[in-house]
Amino acid sequence: MIHKYKLNGYNIVMDVNSGAVHIVDDIAYDLLDYLDEDFSEQNREDIIGKLSSKYKKGEIEESYNEMIDLYKSGLLFSKDKVQNSPKIKYIDSPIKSMCINIAHDCNLRCEYCFAAKGDFGCGRVLMSEETGKKAIDFLIKHSGKRRNLEVDFFGGEPLMNFEVVKKIVDYARSKEKEHNKNFRFTITTNGILLTDDKIEYINKEMSNVVLSLDGRKEVNDRLRIFTNGKGSYDMIVPKYKKLVETRGDKDYYVRGTFTKHNLDFSEDVMHMYELGFDQISIEPVVSDEKLDYSIKEEDLPKVFEEYDKLSKKIIDLKKKGSHINFFHFMIDLDNGPCAIKRLKGCGCGNEYVAVTPQGDIYPCHQFVGKDEWKMGNLNDETFDGDMKKSFSKANVYNKNGCNDCWAKFYCSGGCNANNQEYEGDIMNPHKIACELQRKRLECAIMIKAALN
Amino acid sequence: MKHFKTINKGHLQESAVKGGCGECQASCQSACKTSCTVANQKCEK
Ligand code: SF4
Ligand code: SF4
Ligand code: SF4
Repeated sequence: MIHKYKLNGYNIVMDVNSGAVHIVDDIAYDLLDYLDEDFSEQNREDIIGKLSSKYKKGEIEESYNEMIDLYKSGLLFSKDKVQNSPKIKYIDSPIKSMCINIAHDCNLRCEYCFAAKGDFGCGRVLMSEETGKKAIDFLIKHSGKRRNLEVDFFGGEPLMNFEVVKKIVDYARSKEKEHNKNFRFTITTNGILLTDDKIEYINKEMSNVVLSLDGRKEVNDRLRIFTNGKGSYDMIVPKYKKLVETRGDKDYYVRGTFTKHNLDFSEDVMHMYELGFDQISIEPVVSDEKLDYSIKEEDLPKVFEEYDKLSKKIIDLKKKGSHINFFHFMIDLDNGPCAIKRLKGCGCGNEYVAVTPQGDIYPCHQFVGKDEWKMGNLNDETFDGDMKKSFSKANVYNKNGCNDCWAKFYCSGGCNANNQEYEGDIMNPHKIACELQRKRLECAIMIKAALN
Repeated sequence: MKHFKTINKGHLQESAVKGGCGECQASCQSACKTSCTVANQKCEK
């Protein structure tokens, strides 16, 4: 399978199964229209004839021969052998990542919060130290031979229960040697409760930190608000600056959400960049179509235009030697993840689980609070192996339509939670999310072409 | 080549043979928490 598209003056051809990327001229681009998966050299004359009104015969032939060479080298119309790999069936995969919802409470009331304004609809509670330790024990117990274990402190707002965060970190570290594990912690925060002490601690212990900010002041303060309706921008930005200045080369993301209210979100990315942040992620809001701020199908052309705009801005900055990293345009064509990883995706419910202050276990943070998706509980030591098994099958070869999608090795079959919520089944890709995903990939690869 | 300029050769098929060790990050975790993109993850090998 190939995918070809024109963007920003480039003709780009991707060979899906090998991952090869080519920039081609117009002749080669048009030539590819006449070829399909099982092309053979027999119809060569035919094809050349069809293009001869537009291009010189010699040029078409030359182009055709180049294409044959690429085909023979496995860089065009290559076959997918991964599909038959036994590694794709990974039923008994260990659990190696965990989202700890350390606080089902929040000091903001962001309009679009998927956690139902902090408590996931399960009541405002903080996780106890005891439950936190049980979560770490659970992870160690289920992680088999995996050495790298990831733990995210999430909420609600994790800083509302920071003392327990520290105790869990200490506890996990105390178990590393004995079990031959390496814990990596991430914390997501809205910044309100950040203090110098906390910044220092986070920069020391957390291998990644996600700082929520939606961009320009008016955009942020429209939805990221306190209970009294006041915006959070002025309070958090100076704190984020301080954190990032003292972070060294550890990972961080300033992460925002765009909604129908700021479809010109490239301005927000640039605003963040101008504030001095160079690791940026801005995501489309995930919400019910009926809500007024939702991204709907009719908004897609505008959103696409905005991704194009953002791509050009990033190319300009990079050409000037500036550093900016937009999460969704990050792509490593040479040394990215292996094909197995790419096809399995997020690992939700199989390699990754989320736990709540009550000790309940869910497939991931976005399933939290949905009773029918509860996998077990840390306190009574229950865990639903059958549900785990069904999640283990959620790879691109099993999801509806993914195997025929050119983006499969980059997207990995979409978000199971969104699929379930908006298409009724974890195996049914969420259409709008697919469109956005494919557009971002086209931009990301075009940026590579432009900077090549 | 004149008409095709290959900017990346792609090693996806070979990567499957050696890969699958599972040591890398779960993909939704690091930055977004709302979607799944794997192409931007780091391989631990
Ligand atoms: S660490 Fe690398 S080889 Fe192992 S599963 Fe992840 S991407 Fe594949
Ligand atoms: S973009 Fe959609 S159809 Fe394509 S692989 Fe991703 S989820 Fe599947
Ligand atoms: S199902 Fe969606 S939200 Fe949950 S871990 Fe996967 S990509 Fe992330």
